[in-house]
Amino acid sequence: MKTIKEIIEYREMIFSLIRRDLRGRYKGSVLGFMWTFINPLLQLGVYTVVFSIIMRMNIDRYYLFLFVALIPWMFFNTCLGGGTRVIFSQEDMVKKIYFPREVLPVAFATSQFVNMVLAFVVIFAVVFISGMGVSLQALLYLPLVMAIEYILALGITMFGAAATVYIRDLEQIFNIIGMAWMYMTPVLYSVDMVPEELRGLYHLNPMTSIIVAYRDILYYKRPPQLGTLLNAVLLGLAVLAFGCFSFSRLKRRFAEEL
Amino acid sequence: MKNQENAIEVSDITKKFRIYFDKGALLKEKVIFRSRNKYEERWVLKGISFQVRKGEAIGLIGHNGCGKSTTLKLLTRIMFPDAGSIEMCGRVSSLLELGAGFHPDMSGRDNIYINASIFGLSKKEIDSRLQDIIDFSELGDYIDNPVRTYSSGMYMRLAFSVAINVNADILLIDEILAVGDANFQNKCFNKMLEIKKKGTTIVLVSHSLGQIEQICERTIWIHEGLIRMDGTPREVHNAYLEFMEEKRRQTLNEQEGRKQEEAGSVEASGEDSPGQPEGGEADGGAREEAEQSQECVEKPAALRRGSGEARMKSIRSYNSKGEEKYNFSSGEDIIFEITYETYERIEQAIFGLSIFRIDGTRCYGSNTRVDRVKEFAIEKDGRARVCFDNNKLLPGRYFVDVCIARGLDLIVDYMDTVNEFEITGITEEMGFMKMSHRWEVDGGEHVI
Repeated sequence: MKTIKEIIEYREMIFSLIRRDLRGRYKGSVLGFMWTFINPLLQLGVYTVVFSIIMRMNIDRYYLFLFVALIPWMFFNTCLGGGTRVIFSQEDMVKKIYFPREVLPVAFATSQFVNMVLAFVVIFAVVFISGMGVSLQALLYLPLVMAIEYILALGITMFGAAATVYIRDLEQIFNIIGMAWMYMTPVLYSVDMVPEELRGLYHLNPMTSIIVAYRDILYYKRPPQLGTLLNAVLLGLAVLAFGCFSFSRLKRRFAEEL
Repeated sequence: MKNQENAIEVSDITKKFRIYFDKGALLKEKVIFRSRNKYEERWVLKGISFQVRKGEAIGLIGHNGCGKSTTLKLLTRIMFPDAGSIEMCGRVSSLLELGAGFHPDMSGRDNIYINASIFGLSKKEIDSRLQDIIDFSELGDYIDNPVRTYSSGMYMRLAFSVAINVNADILLIDEILAVGDANFQNKCFNKMLEIKKKGTTIVLVSHSLGQIEQICERTIWIHEGLIRMDGTPREVHNAYLEFMEEKRRQTLNEQEGRKQEEAGSVEASGEDSPGQPEGGEADGGAREEAEQSQECVEKPAALRRGSGEARMKSIRSYNSKGEEKYNFSSGEDIIFEITYETYERIEQAIFGLSIFRIDGTRCYGSNTRVDRVKEFAIEKDGRARVCFDNNKLLPGRYFVDVCIARGLDLIVDYMDTVNEFEITGITEEMGFMKMSHRWEVDGGEHVI
């Protein structure tokens, strides 16, 4: 409780770090902040070419099917892989200055989240231009799904950030896990393609429910099922609780271990 | 907080570090080389308690590794004690790291926001201080340029300006008042005094005892993880300096002892000293000869020159009791003794000796001719002494050059950089020699 209060007191630091991250990322490049939009757009272009000309899938508008899942996946994956570096890349600060350590993972996850939200601008543009249209009723669920994913990603970031201080290998390990995890999650394919007997197992993966929900809202234009949402919320909260717990246990000796 | 008057209460804190012999940070190493993960626990703090009143400024001193910086880190809450408790009242700001979170591509102004927010300031607070910070940094229009274009001086000025304008109730500082040019340092120093006047509690870790004396009214001396002394800066600093001096003297004597042991062992292995000693009048005899230290005889040629009709064998220094010594206090008598051997009779012989500071500055030099010693000749082995009664050198390291000459300009034997010695003592005087002087200031006269 005390920690939460303190994090709120340091909210300006969180905002500054996010601003620094978002504005600093493309500083010095000619197009600057525009890259935040160009990046996903070009990616979409590549997928469209590959999957509608070379590797034809028998899913209608596969590029869109993939894209609405891929942007949220990339947010999660960045938190998983990049989150491990959050504490030890700020070694000097952690060793010399006091601030609630939670600020760093929170700022990192939030800045990635903002990045995803900006990429969604591109998604919407594509959805409109391609004439898919949206269902307003379904769209109401979007913020909720995003919030759930944020909770999950934050939990993972906290755990990765704290544990990597003690075991540096986790940075590499998490990158591999991230890759494997993507194939274990229906990002490239639909959940219907998963064999019946594995499906129960699939729903233990919190990202499955989240991706399914995103796709329901943006691709199938229908509200996600309650069961899917509930599953995602519960798993997300469990991961966050685990992340917070491990972080609070490990943070006391950060300055000594770095 | 037991006492409302106190800003900091530290009670009986201990801290140990794990010193890994061979740390495996990678998982593989952790698993495979289990035995490598052996570590030694080192107690850095063994139970420290002190209180600081509100508005008080204290200094922490001690030699490297004594635990003073660890204490400060515990106060900052960067680390946590293994036992004991620390209570602090009010907002704590630490000046341990300047310019935290600076982004080189962003303007000075943006960086002020980032840096100040890391110190825990809200946007409103930063807004209200922005002008003060910019003014203090003297950056003027540069404030809107990217930080990467700044000189290192400008960078530090900006960083310090933010840190010092945080307005904390408790300010923790580690050795950072040395930023910028002399002018800016002065300004920082005055700002510190101003902050103190406002009632901020200050804990300062510094090697500059002078700085502590000027800011703090109390000094805590930490030695090997324990508080050794706690009192006014004057008394603690004097005790501390004396202690350090004593320690240095000890190590110096040890080194000296080692050197002599080495020299002794070389001689024991049976060496033919160049030029057979002729015993004779040379007071001392064979035993004395055997004791001659190697350092002079073995000097490389470059440091030794002269026509060679006579050669110096050793230069040693003694105190007034006749004990061989290589460190003296200011004011002590120093006696240099040169032993030499002569291969030919030298008319109008002259002995000379100069004292140099370790950086090569000649502090004093003279010879028997300059000092109007009655003309003499040498033809046998012997020794020459020169006594400096109550030497006027200030603490530091010195060495001497010695020479034997004939007549006005013929150098028979000249040796460079021999007999290094040290003057020890506590003084704040500057330079290398004491000069008697007297102050006459309106309102009083004081003769030194």
